[in-house]
Amino acid sequence: MTTEPLLVFDHLEVDFATSGGVVHAVRGVDLTLSAGEVLGIVGESGSGKSVTAMAAMGLLPRSARTRGSVRFRGGELLGRKEKQLMGVRGKGISMIFQDPMTSLNPVYSVGWQIAEAVRAHQDVSKEAAAAAAVELLRRVGIPNPEERAASYPHEFSGGMRQRVVIAIAIANDPEVILADEPTTALDVTVQAQVLESLKTALTETHAALLLITHDLGVIAGLADRVLVMYAGRPVEVGTVDEIFYEPAMPYTLGLLGSIPRVDTDGTERLRPIPGSPPSMVGTGPGCPFAPRCPLRAPVCDEQEPPLVALGSARDGAAGVHAAACHFAEEVLVRTTPLFAATSADLEPPDAIGGEPVGGAAATPVDGASGTGAPDPGGAR
Amino acid sequence: MAERPAGGGTGAPVRGRGARSGASVAAGRRLRRSRLPVAGGETHPLGDEHGMAGDARRQWQIVLGRFVRQPRAMISLGVFAVLGIGSVVAGFAWHYNYLTLTDQIATFTSGGPTWQHPFGVDPIGHDVFAQVMQGTKEDIQVALLVAAVTTLIGTTIGALAGYFRGWVDPILMRFTDFILAVPLLAVLAVLANLASKQSGSWFWVAMIIGFLAWTYVARLVRADFLSLRERDFVEAARAIGASNRRIIVRHLLPNAIGPIIVNATLTVANAIILESTLSFLGLGIQPPNISLGTLVASGEGDATTFWWLFVFPAAFIIVLILCINFIGDGLREAFDPRRSRVRA
Amino acid sequence: MLAYILRRVAASVLILVLSSMLVFVMVANSGDPLATLRLNPHTPASTYAARRALLHLNDPIPQRYWIWISNAVHGNFGSTIQGQPVAPQLWSHLFVTFQMVIIATIVAIVVAITVGVLSAIRRGRAFDSAATVTNFLFISIPVFVLGLILKEFVAIPINNAVGRTVLYTIGQESPNLTGGFVQRLPNYAGHFVLPVLTLILVSYPSWAIYQRSSMLEVLDSDYVRLARAKGLRPRRVLIRHTLRNALIPVTTVIALDFAAILGGAILVESVFSWQGVGVWFLAGVSNLDFNVVQAYLLVTAFFVVAFNLLADILYGVLDPRIRYG
Repeated sequence: MTTEPLLVFDHLEVDFATSGGVVHAVRGVDLTLSAGEVLGIVGESGSGKSVTAMAAMGLLPRSARTRGSVRFRGGELLGRKEKQLMGVRGKGISMIFQDPMTSLNPVYSVGWQIAEAVRAHQDVSKEAAAAAAVELLRRVGIPNPEERAASYPHEFSGGMRQRVVIAIAIANDPEVILADEPTTALDVTVQAQVLESLKTALTETHAALLLITHDLGVIAGLADRVLVMYAGRPVEVGTVDEIFYEPAMPYTLGLLGSIPRVDTDGTERLRPIPGSPPSMVGTGPGCPFAPRCPLRAPVCDEQEPPLVALGSARDGAAGVHAAACHFAEEVLVRTTPLFAATSADLEPPDAIGGEPVGGAAATPVDGASGTGAPDPGGAR
Repeated sequence: MAERPAGGGTGAPVRGRGARSGASVAAGRRLRRSRLPVAGGETHPLGDEHGMAGDARRQWQIVLGRFVRQPRAMISLGVFAVLGIGSVVAGFAWHYNYLTLTDQIATFTSGGPTWQHPFGVDPIGHDVFAQVMQGTKEDIQVALLVAAVTTLIGTTIGALAGYFRGWVDPILMRFTDFILAVPLLAVLAVLANLASKQSGSWFWVAMIIGFLAWTYVARLVRADFLSLRERDFVEAARAIGASNRRIIVRHLLPNAIGPIIVNATLTVANAIILESTLSFLGLGIQPPNISLGTLVASGEGDATTFWWLFVFPAAFIIVLILCINFIGDGLREAFDPRRSRVRA
Repeated sequence: MLAYILRRVAASVLILVLSSMLVFVMVANSGDPLATLRLNPHTPASTYAARRALLHLNDPIPQRYWIWISNAVHGNFGSTIQGQPVAPQLWSHLFVTFQMVIIATIVAIVVAITVGVLSAIRRGRAFDSAATVTNFLFISIPVFVLGLILKEFVAIPINNAVGRTVLYTIGQESPNLTGGFVQRLPNYAGHFVLPVLTLILVSYPSWAIYQRSSMLEVLDSDYVRLARAKGLRPRRVLIRHTLRNALIPVTTVIALDFAAILGGAILVESVFSWQGVGVWFLAGVSNLDFNVVQAYLLVTAFFVVAFNLLADILYGVLDPRIRYG
């Protein structure tokens, strides 16, 4: 049974005016999100995935220019004023942000902040809202919620703070939750706990989830469908099974090949993608991935491949499997590895530079702890 | 594929793009200077289309680059240089000395600047232009010395307090606090009075101001060091066995240098204000020595009728301080540009 | 919270005591208290001896300090070199100064916060550019220069234009003023305007600059973004989240600047001939009148320390992260 999608992105483009030129952060995103489904958006840092979510909520910085359309339940969201977006934010669509250490206001208790979210959309007394806040804390798995509601954010660890953020997000039973890298800034063990809270939130609210991450492991655990972004646009879309087992775009293959696997015997080498994502200021006429692609051919430099449905489209629950590659059909049926393995003599670890590509477990040093200090669990 | 391994996604080539996230700039600089293959200047297999062939730039080059792109700061720097150099040159080149009494009383009563005396003449017959030049020179001298002393003392104390913490920190900070507890001007009034009556020279006035005005720098540096010492690169340096002194000088200071320099610049401006204020009050620099403050003091009484005695020294004070403030602001922007962050 | 306050109070008292010691030693060594006597070559030795005894000059410094501080705590600040008691002069002059300082500080705070917040909200636009230029201009003018400019080039032309003296430049009130308080008020106001305006103009810019950058930082912060994402009304976000956090840093800055305001007051009194505690102090420095100088320094140190304490406590009230540190 097909239902109307809740959230529709229709050729969204976002540009930023910077001193170095115009940055085309998002170059044409089409996606739909229906009730109750989980759509994962995967991509490297700089691929435009966070900007996409921010655009829906109207939370882009002032230097941003948007084109295209983002519709929630048919109503246009782009270009609206703050007062008009008030009604949707926190009630129709909620958002969870990346860095829990800075997401909460340091001068108010967490109970107060959750209650504020409740009273923003429900006409209840302060006491009722406070009680609801305690209940929400319980739902996301904070122990001793009655006492901890009066605590301040700096008295919580990173993982706990993120759960408070989740509590705020589900306070008004939203229909859509946008989660922008909710676990990136956390330790691996804490990530699991937070994801559990997120799963609970989903089952209780029956909300749809747009999950943005660069961690394929997280995607595998939660998502129904996956959209892979590169250089500001989607390069592959499909169900989670299609993406993981039948990738049709070299970039996707590269992502998958660079994750260390625990189910192999451990002697296989990682197959990372060489190079780095392109600068988003000047993209040429061809495919942005071409410089790093082993299948590169002249056509790749001349024409950017459009996102097309694959021939034998085995329909997923909500749409087709599409990929943006001139050689998608060949990639689909390929059985040998596409990327070269790393060689025997390893380079010294480089703690500077881009984000890890693929699973966070691959490079624990500069992966998850890149943005936030690993949290010892004490009040920080 | 090149014979060099394709490397992880975060391999050698990425360094060329400039370090941003994760570990510190200092660690980045060290790796760049190491003998590992670096993208700077070499052709890289992924080439220019990837923005890979960039040169690694050092911190001061980046900061300088940002500074020169600010018109207001550059103009102020130019004006300040002109005033500074001009005041020194005028001491030799101008045909009047600030002490000589010209036989120009008539010029004075006729009122105001003339071709021979572009800034006019004072009641006794001094050429005001020469006086203003001399005063400017004195003020700049004092201010630079104050800035040097303040920065030196303040940075040392702040660094020690911020790095060692323990018992060193509270003692040094309480010491700082109680120096701050009395209005600077009042203390200076007392001490400068003493100093100037004994020597009357700019040097001691400057030293006294410097010895009392370092507290702000100390707080600044301490705060910086407190946060910097927690960073991973400090731990890494300790793990290699670097001595405390080395860590402070080679690792922490270069990272804290931005605010220190900005503050030093602003101290120059404040020192000029302080010194001219003291001279205006009759403390600090005394006649026959001249500073812009003494000139304003003597021009105060008849500022409307004999306006040139007041306006020129006052204007010079304001312009000097304004330029230094703009330079300081330009430096602040160069070290720490404010841009809205975009996270993709 | 209480523990935090008590700790800060104890530290403040300690600082005040230490400062008083430093002040005493410094002043005691800054000149010769018998200098005025020496001006007259005929002064008999007995007078010297008597003055020596009066000023306890034969005692060691620590003992002199103790004598002075124990008297001071009871309000007895000794005598001037003319033999008048210091304390009454101190209080009457202090009263004059504080009228100017308090009004100027309050107005300057309001102006600074308003300008800073508006500059941040309208960043890059006309208001911001204009405010930035004026900020820089006013922090680049020393107090005495500004006072003189207002006195000579603003008061006189305005008075001439109006036809009578509206803006007074000498003293805090006209001599031989009669009538009830309300009738005297315009006269007071006319005397207050320029000095207070001078103090305001030199004080507010640095606070405004600070407030602006604090505001910009908060506007950019993740928690303000989260507040917007909750669907709160824009006004609520501004007041409860943005302002609530942006106003915290400036409170400490203002309190720390109080010492500078007192310093500025000295100059304003000097330029506008107010009989405030600043000029009283300056005369004392000039005349080597130590009791006057020490009394001034001690009292101002007290107020500075008290304001710092107030700022620390206020900071603890406003920012929960500080309370337990």
